Amino acid sequence: MKFWKNKAVQSIICSLVCIILGLLIGFIVLLCIDPSNAVEAMVIMLKNFWKYSKLSLQVKYLGNTLVKTAPLLMCALSILFSYKLGLFNIGTAGQYVAGACSCLYAALAWGWSWLPCTLFAIVAGAVWGAIVGFLKSYCNVNEVISGIMLNWIALYSTNMILSKVKESASPYTVHLADANTSAILPTLGLDKLFSGNTRVTIAIPLSIILAVVVMIVLNKTKFGFELKATGFNKNAARYCGMAEKRNVILSLAISGGLAALGAAMLYLTDFEQWEVTQSSVPAMGFNGISAAFLGGLDPIGTILSSFFIQHITSGGANIASLYCSQISDLISSIIIYLCGFVFIFKFYMNKIIAAKAQKAAENSVSAGNEAKGGKA
Amino acid sequence: MLLLVQYTLVFASVLLLVALGGCFSEHSGVINLGLEGIMVIGAMSGALAMRALPDDLPAILMILLTLLIAVAGAVIYSSLLAFACINFKADQTLVGTALNLLGTAAATVIVKSLNRAANPDNVSSEVSYISEKKAFIVNINGFEFSWFFVVAIIALTVAFVVLYKTKFGLRLMACGEHPQAAASVGINVIKMRWFGVLISGIYGGLGGICYIMSGVSQWKFEYGVAGFGFLALAVMIFGQWKPQRIALAALLFGFFRALSNVYTGIDFLNALNIPGAIYNMLPYIISLIVLAFTSKSSKAPKAEGIPYDRGMR
Repeated sequence: MKFWKNKAVQSIICSLVCIILGLLIGFIVLLCIDPSNAVEAMVIMLKNFWKYSKLSLQVKYLGNTLVKTAPLLMCALSILFSYKLGLFNIGTAGQYVAGACSCLYAALAWGWSWLPCTLFAIVAGAVWGAIVGFLKSYCNVNEVISGIMLNWIALYSTNMILSKVKESASPYTVHLADANTSAILPTLGLDKLFSGNTRVTIAIPLSIILAVVVMIVLNKTKFGFELKATGFNKNAARYCGMAEKRNVILSLAISGGLAALGAAMLYLTDFEQWEVTQSSVPAMGFNGISAAFLGGLDPIGTILSSFFIQHITSGGANIASLYCSQISDLISSIIIYLCGFVFIFKFYMNKIIAAKAQKAAENSVSAGNEAKGGKA
Repeated sequence: MLLLVQYTLVFASVLLLVALGGCFSEHSGVINLGLEGIMVIGAMSGALAMRALPDDLPAILMILLTLLIAVAGAVIYSSLLAFACINFKADQTLVGTALNLLGTAAATVIVKSLNRAANPDNVSSEVSYISEKKAFIVNINGFEFSWFFVVAIIALTVAFVVLYKTKFGLRLMACGEHPQAAASVGINVIKMRWFGVLISGIYGGLGGICYIMSGVSQWKFEYGVAGFGFLALAVMIFGQWKPQRIALAALLFGFFRALSNVYTGIDFLNALNIPGAIYNMLPYIISLIVLAFTSKSSKAPKAEGIPYDRGMR
């Protein structure tokens, strides 16, 4: 009984149910489109890097998945951090874009090395997040709507700014490897572990360390306590003398900084270039929402869920020849939808557990009475 | 200049329709952030319907059938939001966001697989409706009058009458202000909120099909609707949840959105030599500024976003 009451166990069960239902619905969709290849496609998507037979290749492609897991984890942490305060920072996507823009421009136009580029990205993301916070606390603007507006503003300005450092023949920004190798994140020998995959950099361990830092800040510090208290009851927190407005701005700035750092972790590995003609906000920030909620809004759970989401997203790209690669987007969006039911699911689970516990207690009492009666 | 007026009217119609949808949902007490996804699904249903319908159908039938199917798709889709948020008290922001992501993903998957089934080499997510679109447009001396203007005006009138002049509308608004009080006089809050969300589905679907027919004759569903659902929510807030004010706000926002489409054709703006990206950003920047000044004294329904709990006071 104690096992089922454990909050972590409940969260894990809920997440697994969401994943299984999401995959099941995805499978049904595949069956509807073309039943002959559905099983094969599902297997390819779930296997992702395991589809290669040689271990060295498996490890190499695992490295590629991890390279994209790091930014996803940062975006998920960004969502999670502000959600503790009751703010839904959908602007994470825009803060991620702001980070990509500033780190790439600093690296390519000014020739900065990786550390200042990364710090510059964090500052840009923090400013972008602080705007949302400022509008929320001083002008009462819904953070979701201002976040979306800022996403689009960030996208168009980034396209405009990065056009100055793009390749002349393509819409992509110049490769860092050609223009400024000092801006590429150091690998510290990690590439050797992944069959010489040089995209594997300090970004991956750093993102995991930051997840732990976020956990400590939220659970063990006064600031984290204030954030959570404000999230539970804004008025009570203000009555206790917590600076609610300052906390809103600060948490959104930190949230923005985390997302922007995620962007630096991806674009400063030279794994991807920015396409200056893209007309939609990168999905990374939105996938962060899935990862954060699937991880039960817990930093450690988020590490696992980010890997899972990126695993099926990378795997989904491999089925493009059979179906379209958006199947994985479909599955992760279904998972987010199902996460909406988690609270009510936990509520009923606890109700059933409580009812059972009460019944057990009654039984033991009546059994005790009978035993007493027997003696008398 | 004529082109500017035409595009302003087109975009204003879209924003008006979708914002009215948001208005119904919020007056019933549910924040519908999923409007963007609802628009995409409505647009997809309508576009596929147009492709399936025979070209030689009379214009009026073509218009009615397309709109009907777009609305049907959007309403079914919006019931996902209603089901989760009203019956299961799910977080409305989370579910709305999920619906937005799901809308674009599902539409892309559906259209791509239909395209591929028709022609294995076709891997795009594009639907084109060149000849069908003609049914919606009447060309008056170079000015393309679209029947959607009429649809938008009818929708506005209907929204105004239903919300303020009928028993149903007043009850709906009561559910968004104080659901427990409404329930105490015998109004079924759950049912009313369902109606609110489904009506927003009707409006969202109309807005979606109107949006993808705004200028071009084909649509790539990977792009979704470019944040129009959220612009419409900004219009709704600027319009302070009142249909007549929403109409004015939609015209203003539609004008700025239209500028980004036609600025190259206006000599005065061309001479300023501002990059195109600035015009693309303009509607979003304007809405941020407008929201910053209007949100403080908000006339939002008091109970919006709070799941209905019978036992709460």
